Parts: sequence; C-alpha cells; structure tokens
Amino acid sequence: MKKNTLKGLSLQVIPFSEIENLSISERVKKLLTLVVAQKIVIIQGRLRPEEEARLIEDTMAMVDHIKNFKGMELAVIEPDMKDKDLWTKVRYGIAKRLVGESSALTIIGPCSLVREIKRDPKKIELLLTN
Amino acid sequence: MLRILKSLSRKMLSSFFGRKEEIRIGFYGPPNAGKTSLANRICKDWTGAEIGQVSKVPHETRHVQFKEKVEINYKGKTLTFKIVDTPGIATKIDYEDFLHFGVKKGAAKKRAKEATQGIIESIQWLEDMEAVVVVLDASENPYSQVNITIIGNLVARKIPLLLVANKIDLKKAEIKKVQAAFPEYPVVGISAKEGLHMDEFYEALFALAKKV
Repeated sequence: MKKNTLKGLSLQVIPFSEIENLSISERVKKLLTLVVAQKIVIIQGRLRPEEEARLIEDTMAMVDHIKNFKGMELAVIEPDMKDKDLWTKVRYGIAKRLVGESSALTIIGPCSLVREIKRDPKKIELLLTN
Repeated sequence: MLRILKSLSRKMLSSFFGRKEEIRIGFYGPPNAGKTSLANRICKDWTGAEIGQVSKVPHETRHVQFKEKVEINYKGKTLTFKIVDTPGIATKIDYEDFLHFGVKKGAAKKRAKEATQGIIESIQWLEDMEAVVVVLDASENPYSQVNITIIGNLVARKIPLLLVANKIDLKKAEIKKVQAAFPEYPVVGISAKEGLHMDEFYEALFALAKKV
C-alpha cells in the first residue's frame, strides 16, 4: 500500500489485490475506516454494485453514530468503450470476467474534505473543501 | 436473509397461482429528483389521492410510502400496481444544508437523522421490487455515482427498469444528456409537476410491466 501525505491531505492508494479476498463486510469496513480517518482512498478497480450499495448503507449508519462525520463522495471512472470496435469490446469483456474490473479507478473521500467529485465519461474532477 | 426468503416465497406463490394481482413498482433516485411528485401525479390521476408531501427542501420523503391497488387504464388495457415511493439515495447528509432552506437547527438535525435512516430503508427495499422507475432530474448532471449505483444494483438483481428524465419544463433540462449517460435503457422525458408527456410515461410503464 502506498501512502502520500501532502500538507494534511492524505491519499491512500489500494491495489485491488489487497481487498479482493475480503468479504463484502470486511471490504466495506476497511474502506470506511480509512474514510472516517479523513483519508481519500483510490482503489485500483471497482466495487460490485451490491458493495457500493452496502457502502452507502454503512456510511449512513456511521453518519448517525459518529460525530462530525457527514458522509462521503464516491466516483468510479472506467475506460470509455462506446466508440471502440467490437473486437476490443469483446477482449475487454473477457478480461473483465477473468480478472475483475482492474482498469477502473474508484475514488472515495470524506465529504468534509471532498466537496464534490465531478464526473463525466472521460474525466474525474476532485473539488476539495477550503 | 428473511427479506430474501419472503421475496422468494412471494415469487413462487404468484407463479403457482398464475397472473399477478398487482405489480410492485418502486420509485428510486437521488433526493429532489421528483419521485414523490411523479408518484403523486399517478396516484391522483388514478385513485384521486396523493401518496406524500413534496417540498423544495431535500429529503422530504424520509420513509418508504405506499399506495396499493392503483389501477391504471391505458389504451384499453388495465394493470394494477402497488406504488412504492422511496426516500432519495445520497452518500452524504449534512444538517447544515437544510438551514439554507430556512429550517431551524433542531428540526434540521432531526431531518438529517431521519434522512440517513430513510436511505438505508430505500436500499433494503430494492430486493422487494418487481420493477423500478428511476427518476432523475433532467437539469442535473446524470453522471452521478448514486445514479450509477442504483442502476447497477437493479441490473445485478435483474429488476427491469425505466429511466424518467423529470423536470423537462426547466430551461436547463437536457433529456439527451440522460440518454447519452445510460444508452442501454429506455428514457422518457416528463414534467411530473406540470403533467407533461404523461401519455408517453404510461406507455413506457406498461412496456416495463410486460418485462416483470
């Protein structure tokens, strides 16, 4: 796990291999522990939809119980396959099934640090609070 | 676990006894997209009574609310729905956001607490839906992770969905942006508040019901 600190801003980069063998609960707990500790987490890969839903559920439960924790911002960026030829799409689909969505990036940050994550299909913009 | 077993037994019973009595249809989406406005419009059109209150303050709906036996007639066909209106799903709740709408501090804190529980309730109810209408505000950026998470969960659970681009009466509304964001799904542009394009909505709703 790499860790970079820049004037109070802490980014935590998690390779997918570090969380791939964890159960949904363990995975969500690990991510939320980091977010509550005021870290912006960058995951190589993406969570499954049910894990994202669980992450939102558990975040809400924590908002209710942890003072000054108001939630998180979450965004996923994936390669844009819209204009790619069929063969590229098929290869991408097979790779996705075999090794998971490792070409995606997931960013999760506490909303006290990350005001907004602006996402359009091609880029992600992290707007930090002052 | 209990919820999954309940849902499974209901599915087995309905397939054993043939035609479904009513279709459970959920209204999902981010806060202030107009889920309750649309549910109200449908319920008022076909039962004469509304389902819930609407407000400019986000998270007005903080509990799942229902209207059973909503019988809709469209082009000579009739279908009966159980309308399930859910609280808007968000990843953050800050009581201070409600203060900007003139809500007092105590009431804002209470609203925030109820809103967090409402979001959990919404997500837990997903399992029980037979079809879902995802309501988005057509004047907002559709590429929000909440929208993607809701749609991803419906696809993973094999629940048929219809996308509604609401608030097309607003100048900033762009249905094309919603269509471009989710090209795999049918999108209907409406204004629940003004009752615009409701015919197209009912046509799409009946097409959605066929997939159940």
